[in-house]
Amino acid sequence: MIRILRHQKVRNILLQALFVAVVLVVVVGGWRNAQQALSSQNVVSGFGFLQKSTGWDVNFSLLPASPNDPYWWFFVIGIVNTLFLGTLGLVLATLIGGLVGIARTSSNELLQLLGRLYVDFFRNIPLILQVFFWYALVTNLPSPRNAIDFGPLVLSNRGVYMPALNVGGWHVFAAAVAALAALALPLWLRTTRRLATPPEQRGALVWRVLAGGLLLAAAILLLGRTPGSPLIDAPLLQGLNLRGGLRVSPEFSALLVAIGIYGGAYIGEIVRGGFKAVGKGQTEAAHSLGLSPWQTFSRIRLPLALRAMLPILANQYIWLIKATTLGIAVGFTDFFMIVAVTINQSGQTLEAIGILMAGFLAINLSIAAIFNRINRAIALKGNQLRS
Amino acid sequence: MNTLANSAAVAPPGRVQMLRKRYFPTPLQGLVSVVSAGLLALILWKLLNWAFLSAVFGADGSAADCRAAGGACWSVIANRWRIIFFGLYPYAEQWRSALACVAVVAMIVLSCIPSFWRPWRLAAVWIVGTAIYYILMKGGVLGLRYVGEEQWGGLALTLFIFVATCLIGFPLSIVLALLRRSNLPVISRGTGLLIDAVRSLPLLAILFAFAVVVPFMLPGWLQTGKLYRVVFGAGLFFAAYQAEIIRGGLQGVPRGQEEAAMALGIGYWHRVGKILLPQAMRNALPATINQFVIGFKETSLVIVVGFFEILASGNAAYGTGEWTFAYREVYAFIALIYFVFTYSLSRYGAYLERRMAISSR
Repeated sequence: MIRILRHQKVRNILLQALFVAVVLVVVVGGWRNAQQALSSQNVVSGFGFLQKSTGWDVNFSLLPASPNDPYWWFFVIGIVNTLFLGTLGLVLATLIGGLVGIARTSSNELLQLLGRLYVDFFRNIPLILQVFFWYALVTNLPSPRNAIDFGPLVLSNRGVYMPALNVGGWHVFAAAVAALAALALPLWLRTTRRLATPPEQRGALVWRVLAGGLLLAAAILLLGRTPGSPLIDAPLLQGLNLRGGLRVSPEFSALLVAIGIYGGAYIGEIVRGGFKAVGKGQTEAAHSLGLSPWQTFSRIRLPLALRAMLPILANQYIWLIKATTLGIAVGFTDFFMIVAVTINQSGQTLEAIGILMAGFLAINLSIAAIFNRINRAIALKGNQLRS
Repeated sequence: MNTLANSAAVAPPGRVQMLRKRYFPTPLQGLVSVVSAGLLALILWKLLNWAFLSAVFGADGSAADCRAAGGACWSVIANRWRIIFFGLYPYAEQWRSALACVAVVAMIVLSCIPSFWRPWRLAAVWIVGTAIYYILMKGGVLGLRYVGEEQWGGLALTLFIFVATCLIGFPLSIVLALLRRSNLPVISRGTGLLIDAVRSLPLLAILFAFAVVVPFMLPGWLQTGKLYRVVFGAGLFFAAYQAEIIRGGLQGVPRGQEEAAMALGIGYWHRVGKILLPQAMRNALPATINQFVIGFKETSLVIVVGFFEILASGNAAYGTGEWTFAYREVYAFIALIYFVFTYSLSRYGAYLERRMAISSR
């Protein structure tokens, strides 16, 4: 018997069988316990509950929502909210991070110091503390009657008010898509190799696409405008409350500001790392070829640094999307909060957790896939990051 | 430019010229310098004015004094510091909570000293430190009054969650990393799946699952307090990330090391424990310190599943009628506590990195 156990192959198979057995015992045991516990609480397992109406409401939604809507619709709302907050947070964090990173790599020591102070300060304080701080700050602002005018923004404890377009929601969305396409398509047209005309002769086409897209966006906006009202709707004080404009709730603004500032500190470090990875020889070669400092930056250092930072940036973006789950701390109905409330209200614990895992897995995998594509598209042949 | 360089060659550059070359090489750079300096001075002045010059100190300051002064109201801290540090711990026993915090901090400082970096010494320091903490906090022995976990709070609870997370997470991460690089396909794939699944979820979701869902799944004899379940969830999350860091460290060990050990007939445990892991840990040290920093910051998330850690006790400290306006001071104070811990840890990490760069030259 012992001699058989000493045999390498037998031992390998036994070890793996043991591993599988342990995993099976944990999973199946946990599952059966949960089934028993839940059925003793009269919870019917399965995904049938998705069709039932929720009976509770969400406080923030881009899509129409009411307590009569079924659970599956609330999950969709949650994912859209998470993606909306996440995308805006990513854009804000990337803008801040870009500025901080450039400040930290500049040749000016005072600017470097500013960047370093920013990163050291905001990176060493937990994000949830910053969310709480901004939330307390917004809810402690004066009431709408004494609201603070801050340029076009009006700040009050009911949230941040900003001028809005008097246009239906779907039209704004369609116009935004058209405008984005108008900006993105020319970039693609200039570089793609799939068209017969060589890139140098596509100037007119590019301009036409750009102008056409922007015109289309403007047309959609005009079409969707509420008749008989001004195009731009500015917030105004009426009685005890502010009327008009777009109200950004305290929860959303606190989360957005916190994610932007905190993420900006991390992205700033990634940007700095990217520029550090560009060899000194590249810059020196560009100088010696007579390129101006701006050309050196925009044509040599930036493209090379971008390639170095992309993979790390993808991880950071996934992290930032996951950070939107902090919405539950201040009561913003993101995906995670919807799942948590669902578990509380319906008791469908296992199913809801499964949906949560599937949702985040899908989001993470799509970000990773997008970045892999970008990475492959712009990858350089050979190693040009050498010194 | 040219004339400047020539004159510098003739006479040793004076202080003014040095400054000029440093901050005003071109008009644009000069402008950037002036704006940055102005911004720095403004921030410094505002901060100084708020935090010290027009601030109210001491426990005697009332809310009305603070409003009149216009600066920071540190009276709220002077009045409510006990709740921030100790939470709902019984007032008469709070010295135990304070001693427990000191024990944990001493333990962390000790494990930062290189001469303690032997597996057994580290394990001894951490086990003894945690035991002291546990006995002091929970009581019930040595004549100390029993205090249940539900009454723990404030900084003491935050430190406990951090220490327990590391104690569970770090050994587990080594196990996971070794399982993942196993030659046996079922084991390595299975572990890889677990690590990736945990990493793709937000920590909050894992904490929530361990607080709310796991009790359904455990058989009766495994039911424990919510605190221990949540700490285990945090430890699992820490381990999943740390396992990848250790795996990276293992990949940095030259292949020849393992082959040589195998050729000498050294068994698996010796090979891993005496040859591979020491080198891998050395490679992984900077990232590991960073992971500890992240772990410390993320203890604050347990507030969402209903624990009274330092952030929640801070909310309670300014949440009572009199002090509701003083949220800035309370958050600044808690931020300072976090900052002291995380910044010194990350500086220590940077020091280690430099030290290793010198010794590996």
